[in-house]
Amino acid sequence: MKTAFEPSIRSRPVYGELEPRKGSAHLVLADGEGAGAVIDLLARAGSAAACALAHMHIIYMPGPDGVDHFAELQALGAAQCHRAPSFAAALPRLRRVLQDAHMGMQIYLAGTEGLMGQGQSEVMAAGLPHDAVQMEHRGPTLRRVQCVHCKGITENVATDPFECTHCGLNLFVRDHYSRRIAAFQGVNIDAEEPGNVPPPVVRFR
Amino acid sequence: MSGGAKIAVRVAAVTPVNELVSRFRFVRRDGGAMPAFSGGAHTVVEMDDAGTRRMNPYSLMSDPADTSGYEISVRRDDAGRGGSLFMHRQVKPGIEMVISNPVNLFALDLRAKKHLMIAGGIGITPFIAQMAQLSAMGGRFELHYACRSAALASYACDLSARHGGRVHLYVDDQGQAMDLPGLLAGQPLGTHLYICGPKPMIDWARGTAAHAGWPKAAVHHEEFLAPPVGAAFKVQLAASGKTVTVGTHQSLLEAIEAAGVDAPYLCRGGACGQCETGVVSCDGQLLHNDHWLSDAEKAAGGKIIPCVSRFAGARLVLDR
Repeated sequence: MKTAFEPSIRSRPVYGELEPRKGSAHLVLADGEGAGAVIDLLARAGSAAACALAHMHIIYMPGPDGVDHFAELQALGAAQCHRAPSFAAALPRLRRVLQDAHMGMQIYLAGTEGLMGQGQSEVMAAGLPHDAVQMEHRGPTLRRVQCVHCKGITENVATDPFECTHCGLNLFVRDHYSRRIAAFQGVNIDAEEPGNVPPPVVRFR
Repeated sequence: MSGGAKIAVRVAAVTPVNELVSRFRFVRRDGGAMPAFSGGAHTVVEMDDAGTRRMNPYSLMSDPADTSGYEISVRRDDAGRGGSLFMHRQVKPGIEMVISNPVNLFALDLRAKKHLMIAGGIGITPFIAQMAQLSAMGGRFELHYACRSAALASYACDLSARHGGRVHLYVDDQGQAMDLPGLLAGQPLGTHLYICGPKPMIDWARGTAAHAGWPKAAVHHEEFLAPPVGAAFKVQLAASGKTVTVGTHQSLLEAIEAAGVDAPYLCRGGACGQCETGVVSCDGQLLHNDHWLSDAEKAAGGKIIPCVSRFAGARLVLDR
C-alpha cells in the first residue's frame, strides 16, 4: 500500500499510485518497499504487462532499512533488471539511460522520498518537466534534509530537531522542499538562544 | 487602462510576401527602442476601421534582439470579420497606429534539451522569432513546416538559408506529408514540442504526442481564435449598470468596450484567461468558444470568456 501522509504546505511533495501508461520504453527506479509498487503496477497493466516488460529497465536498490525485494523484481522478467547497492552506485547507470533515451519513455519512481526525489532531479536535469514522472511512496518516511546554513545534506533523518552531520548545528526539519536538490530544509533551531534545543522527537520512521 | 501598456507606432514598411500574406514593420513614433521580447510573444494591434475598433493579436516574427522595430505577418482572410482585410487594404507605410506591449503565451521552455517545432501555414510566425532567439544562444532546434503550396510557403526560403538543415518543409500539393509519429519517436529525452497552426493540425499533433507517451508539460501550442460570428444578443452588465447589444460580427468583449466599460483583456483570442468574467445569472445557453476554461467550468456556467464566447437565450447578466 502507498504511504498516506498528513496534508501539509504546498511545497511538500505529494505522491500518487503508479499507473500503467503507453510508452516506447519504461524506466523504473525503486528502493526497498518500492518493489511492491512496481509489482502492483504490472498487475494493474493486465494484458499490457508483457509488452511493457519487454521494454522495461528496472534499477533497484535496498531501502535505508535494509529491505531488499530484488529477487521478486527479477522474477517479473523485465528486459533489464539491475540491483545497485546504493543510489550513488546506481547514478552512472541512471544518467546513461536518460542520456540515450527517447521521448515516449515512461518513468516510474517508487520507494522512499530520498530516492524518488533524487531520481526526479536527474530526470529534470535531462530536460523533462518535473511532472513527467510518476511516483509512489512505499517504506520508511525518513527524510533527506539540507542544512540551510552549511548546505550539507543529511540522509535518513528520523528526529526533529536533529544535528547536522556536516556542521553540527541543531536543525528544525521543515516541510519546505526543493525539487532541484531533492531535500527538505533544515533550519537552526537555537540560533537566538544557543543551547536551548527542544528534545528530539522521532517524526520520521 | 486594460490590456497593458500601449506603444504609439508608425508603420515603417508593408511588404507583400505572397498572394495572401503581407509583412508589417512598426517603429516607435518617438524614435525610441521597442521593449525587448521573447520568441513566441504577440502584440495586439488596434485598428480604427471606419468607426469599428478592432484589436487583433499577431505573433511577433522579428528577431527578439532587434529593438529598432517589430514585425508581424498577416494572412488575409476574406471570410473573416475584417481585421486582416483592414491590415491589407488600409494600412500603408507612414500611418500611425497603436499596438500593445508584447505578451508571451507561447514561450520556449529553455530547460528543454531540444526544441521541436511544428508549423502549419501562417503559424510559422512565432517560430521565426524563436529560431532567431535559439540561434543566438546556441540552442538546439528543428522546424517542420507544412504549407498548402510552395507559393504560399511564407519565409521557407529565408529560413532554410538562415538555419539550413534544421528547417524541413512539407508542401501539400506536392504530396509531401509529415511523418509525425516517426518524427516524435526519434526525439531525444528532454525534447519539447511546439505547435502553431490551424486547429485541426494542433489537435492532430497534440493527440499524436499524447499517444506516443509525451508528457503534457513538454507539449506547447498556440492557437488564436478569431471571435466567431453569431446571432446578436443582449447582455446586462451588473457592475456598471448598462445593457448592451452584441452585434452579429462583434465579440461580447468588443460590445462591452464599445459601451465605455473598461474590461480586462490580453490576448483577445480565447487563450490567456485575462478577460474571464463572472456570470451573475443566465437564462439561456452560454456558447463557450475559448480554450481557457476547463470543461467542468464551462459546464458549471459560472464564468465566460467574452473575447470569443457568446450567448443565446432570454437573459444574461454579467459581473462587469
